[in-house]
Amino acid sequence: MSFNTRRALQLALIVAATAVLSACASKPKTPPRVADTGPPPRHDTQQPRHDQVPQGPIPGSEQDFVINIGDRVYFDFDSYAIRPDAQPVLAAQAAWLSRYGSVRVRIEGNCDERGTREYNLALGARRANAIRDFLVSRGVSTTRIATISYGKERPLDGGDGEDAWARNRNGHTAIVDGAR
Amino acid sequence: MNIKADFIGFCAACLLAFSPVLALAQNAPLPPTGAPPATPGAPGAPSGVVEIDQGVIQPLPIAIPAFSGPARGGDITQVVTADLERSGLFAPLNPATFIEKNLDLSLEPSFPAWKQISAQFLVYGAVTMAGDGRLKVDFRLYDVYSEKSLLGKTYTTTPENWRKLSHKIADDIYEQLTGQGGYFDTQIVFVAESGPKTARVKRLEIMDQDGANPSYLTDGSYLVMTPRFSPDSSNRQIIYMALRPTGSTVYLFDLNTNRQETVVRFPGMVFAPRFSPDGNHIAFSVEKNGNSDIYITDLRSRSSTRLTSDPSIDTSPSFSPDGGSIVFNSDRGGSPQLYVMNVDGSNVRRISYGGGRYTTPVWSPKGDYIAFTKQEGGDFHIGVMRADGSEERVLTSSYLDEGPSWAPNGRVLVFFRESPGGAVRLWTVDITGRVLKPAPFQGSGSDPAWSPLLN
Repeated sequence: MSFNTRRALQLALIVAATAVLSACASKPKTPPRVADTGPPPRHDTQQPRHDQVPQGPIPGSEQDFVINIGDRVYFDFDSYAIRPDAQPVLAAQAAWLSRYGSVRVRIEGNCDERGTREYNLALGARRANAIRDFLVSRGVSTTRIATISYGKERPLDGGDGEDAWARNRNGHTAIVDGAR
Repeated sequence: MNIKADFIGFCAACLLAFSPVLALAQNAPLPPTGAPPATPGAPGAPSGVVEIDQGVIQPLPIAIPAFSGPARGGDITQVVTADLERSGLFAPLNPATFIEKNLDLSLEPSFPAWKQISAQFLVYGAVTMAGDGRLKVDFRLYDVYSEKSLLGKTYTTTPENWRKLSHKIADDIYEQLTGQGGYFDTQIVFVAESGPKTARVKRLEIMDQDGANPSYLTDGSYLVMTPRFSPDSSNRQIIYMALRPTGSTVYLFDLNTNRQETVVRFPGMVFAPRFSPDGNHIAFSVEKNGNSDIYITDLRSRSSTRLTSDPSIDTSPSFSPDGGSIVFNSDRGGSPQLYVMNVDGSNVRRISYGGGRYTTPVWSPKGDYIAFTKQEGGDFHIGVMRADGSEERVLTSSYLDEGPSWAPNGRVLVFFRESPGGAVRLWTVDITGRVLKPAPFQGSGSDPAWSPLLN
């Protein structure tokens, strides 16, 4: 199982759990987006509760983007070149963003810990910008894209060793708003 | 925080005649224990007694009996002793071995009694309460072998200031015996880290250099990094970077008022701020469309000037102590290396030519060295080199050593060391690399910055 897939499934589970919890809450003030757009709770039926959880991501939702498109691409050490394996992911991101034109994103550049803090902030900015340039070249308006570098401050993987470092060298396309 | 000092019994002529007794250089090894110094008054040696640049092979035995008087005497002695011991240059002797007791400031010590326990130096003092409730501390520093008084001073201060006073006494002794500036009456600001590595909470924290009086400056609601003191100790300012999902901010934090303000605004990220030696300017990096360049801002007019315009990473600027040059980090040659330029951005030249990747250059306040982080052979190192790149010396080595900051005397560095599990601690090392120690602070910390000597 690829790391991307695993993360996506983890997120999907969290989303599902959130939906169940919301359904159980006695006075949900503002139900999360998922519960809002999913089938209404049916407390009067005998069906098991898990059947009420949406079975797949709603098209145009953040989950749709994360699970079906992929919100993260990876980089080589001290490099901000878009790798061949990242290009189809970013092309799909661009297409998805074209389809859902109200979505705005923030691209977060991340680095492994095998570099010093300030250099990594600069390197992460290059990575975020490289992704932005790719999306823009595929027709996404610059006004919909913000960038930031987290340098080595927000690793996905707290471990040490090449596997962890490889996961931590990434660009994350985070949906800021506009998703369904 | 005023401490009044009076010199008493300070005999410059004695000192001139005396110095230097012990040049503890590699070519002048420590004399055998108990024997008198082999080469008193060696010509051409620096004015101090201890030649620290070459590295002390064996710390100097020093006797520091507890200062007399009911008020704080023992506490002050402990702080002075700990400071001197941590420097690695001095070996405070066990008070249980002391033969002469109840020293009297009005009398000379019994030198044979101190020679007998191999003390080379002797410090003793007395603490009394002045009529106005203030603390008065008299102390003397003696060279045991030449049987001469090297220093005598009186300090008067408020009782709650006793730790600061102790550090000043330790600085006096260190300065007298090494000929270098002291660094004990200082603070360290750093980033206190908590929580798992994937979701670290980072708060600015400040403490005395010996770990006392720790206190948080920010609440952890946003990421903080790279705090640096203004070299001008009179304005008590820190500059640092904050990082939020919405962007980065460079804050100027006033330690007198605990207030902060944003000092530079650019569309892209701003990071890596550092003060000029006069405290009136900051140099920093600005990111635009993914490219980072170095700018300088006048803190009074708030006008900014761009110093580099290269399609490479240019970051981590640090001023020379004369303010005329800036050393910085760039990957314009293909990998991160160190470069020096004039403060107007002209005359850029590369200075690092060893193997590996060089980052975080920091110019010594003395001007004689540039400290850096070096990545080579899978490890990270703290090192120093001359401003022209010569005489490179690697001082430390571990999974991750990073971010050196100079003590105000330019002879000791504080940095942080992160282990593979993610534990991150502050460490100190002297410029010879021989005195490498965890900083006297148990908590988790990174990005340390040493203050100038306090007023």
